[in-house]
Amino acid sequence: MSLFDVIFYLFAAFTLASAALMVVSKNIVHSAVGLLFSFFGVAGIYVLLAADFLAVVQVLVYVGGILILLLFGVMLTQRITSVDMRTGTLQLVPAILAVAGIFVILFRVIRTTSWNIVPEAEAQFIPTAEKIGYLLMTDFLIPFEIVSVLLLAALIGAAFIARKGT
Amino acid sequence: MRELITTLANGQTFLANLPEVVLNIIFISLGAVVLTTVCAVLALVGVYMERKVSAHIQDRVGPMYVGGFHGWLQTAADALKLLLKEDIVPALADKKLHFFAPILVFGATLATFAVLPFGRHYVMSDMNIGILYILAISSLVVIGTILAGWASNNKWSLLGAMRSAAQVVSFEIPASLAILVIIMAVGSMNLGEIVNVQVGGIHKWLIWKFFPFNLLAFIIYFIATLAETNRAPFDLPEAESEIVAGFHTEYSGFKWAAFFLAEYANMFMVGVVGATLFLGGWSSPFGDFMNSGPFQIFWIFAKAFGLIFVQIWIRWTLPRVRVDQLMYTSWKVLTPFAFVAIIGVGFYMIL
Amino acid sequence: MEIPISYYLLLSGILFTIGVVGVLTRRNAIVVFMSIELMLNAVNLTLVAFSKQFNSLDGQIFVFFVMVVAAAEVAVGLALIVAIFRLKQTVSIDKINIMKW
Repeated sequence: MSLFDVIFYLFAAFTLASAALMVVSKNIVHSAVGLLFSFFGVAGIYVLLAADFLAVVQVLVYVGGILILLLFGVMLTQRITSVDMRTGTLQLVPAILAVAGIFVILFRVIRTTSWNIVPEAEAQFIPTAEKIGYLLMTDFLIPFEIVSVLLLAALIGAAFIARKGT
Repeated sequence: MRELITTLANGQTFLANLPEVVLNIIFISLGAVVLTTVCAVLALVGVYMERKVSAHIQDRVGPMYVGGFHGWLQTAADALKLLLKEDIVPALADKKLHFFAPILVFGATLATFAVLPFGRHYVMSDMNIGILYILAISSLVVIGTILAGWASNNKWSLLGAMRSAAQVVSFEIPASLAILVIIMAVGSMNLGEIVNVQVGGIHKWLIWKFFPFNLLAFIIYFIATLAETNRAPFDLPEAESEIVAGFHTEYSGFKWAAFFLAEYANMFMVGVVGATLFLGGWSSPFGDFMNSGPFQIFWIFAKAFGLIFVQIWIRWTLPRVRVDQLMYTSWKVLTPFAFVAIIGVGFYMIL
Repeated sequence: MEIPISYYLLLSGILFTIGVVGVLTRRNAIVVFMSIELMLNAVNLTLVAFSKQFNSLDGQIFVFFVMVVAAAEVAVGLALIVAIFRLKQTVSIDKINIMKW
């Protein structure tokens, strides 16, 4: 087992453990911390997959943007004066059954498909930022523009909905 | 760093016998230890500087006794005192998060030091997207702040934390846009490369390029980072007269020291990044004169501490702004001007 | 690289399943939101793994767009949650079930 494998297993275990913490913990802020760690674990695995730019964007967007927004949402919608903010669970048994079904299907698909194993173009690490930027400005220009319009629309819509007295 | 590893591995030292993985681990941990020490010492120097400069601005002399010459050991003694203090955790606080928040804040600040170039070869990790990495990691500080404020179970702490988060998130936007101007001008996000185009004297600094747009970007960057590090006149999160001490009201002893060190280390980080992007980084302002090895460290420190001096100067000159003025500054002044700078640089580059 | 792609897919599958558990069982709308983010992350992980496998950046570009959409979704969704909270003083999803008021 090489160092790479060890790092992969560590990150995988870390990601899964913190994701489980997020779902299980009764306290919303603890859930948010679990989510923080699992975002980081996924960013680490991106680095292992040679996607350096995406790893940093993952931290920038998910941790720096989405998680802070979620924490603000928590603070705005709870009785924040007490640390004790518990939330319950519902429909535990049917949910577990449905989820087990989903997982079995996913697992079977992953096991039985013969993935197209191309011989690796051997592990020379190439920075991806420049290529991604080039692709965004050429092949994917229209999606890029549409997505920026979507963001603007979401921004205005969110500000409009969240305002008082609308 | 890489060169050092290979030199040592090829040399006749006992290290040559170790496998490369072990060597890497050793050097990474060594670098981490060195950076932690540097970070802590710099923060202490920053605190000392703040006290001295503020004292002289107010026509006092500041600490004069500890250590003999102008009280230079005062902050070290303060740090020692803080380490010996009792660590008080409020009875109704969330113990785990109360413990975890200062670690997150200090750790995130420390992590940004890994890509700061202190010289042509004095950089821990010469990442190709270094500046983006700094932006990403420094957003962790906000989360640490919110967690600290919430876990303290104290309304002043929570108010301070929310203020801080709103402020930092708002001012991140003009700061990133100002940085974008430099990325456009250089065509690279690698901090080492950004410095490389500025080597050769004061006239090659990026602050003069595309006049006046880069100068504008520098001013925007400076004001925005002033707010991001919660410095006066934007120190609402810690406004003593309104909300006690903000998010670290309930912290004491070592954990409080961690917040305090992180704040000053953050100031230094912001200063180094500003110097690197706009003021030539580690390169000498006099061309080849004094531009070798150790002098590079001297130059980057001089520039960074120069910027910190201006920050302190502003703190003791201007009164605190109100929340609405703060948001006005960010959204209606800095952000539009940052866009003007970006568009202006774009025109320059096309023409 | 010795780790086969199926390991990454398995990791992403488990992550997705954990997200589904969260969506189905938790009562608080914000935790449901977090679980959805987790599921999006799992899908992103799959895309990046395939991008590495086939030596093409298209997967990573797709992840980039997913992130943008996720950010937009969180902004609008949280605005809705805050608006509902202002109206009904709760964000418990089993209490928000009348569809008219």
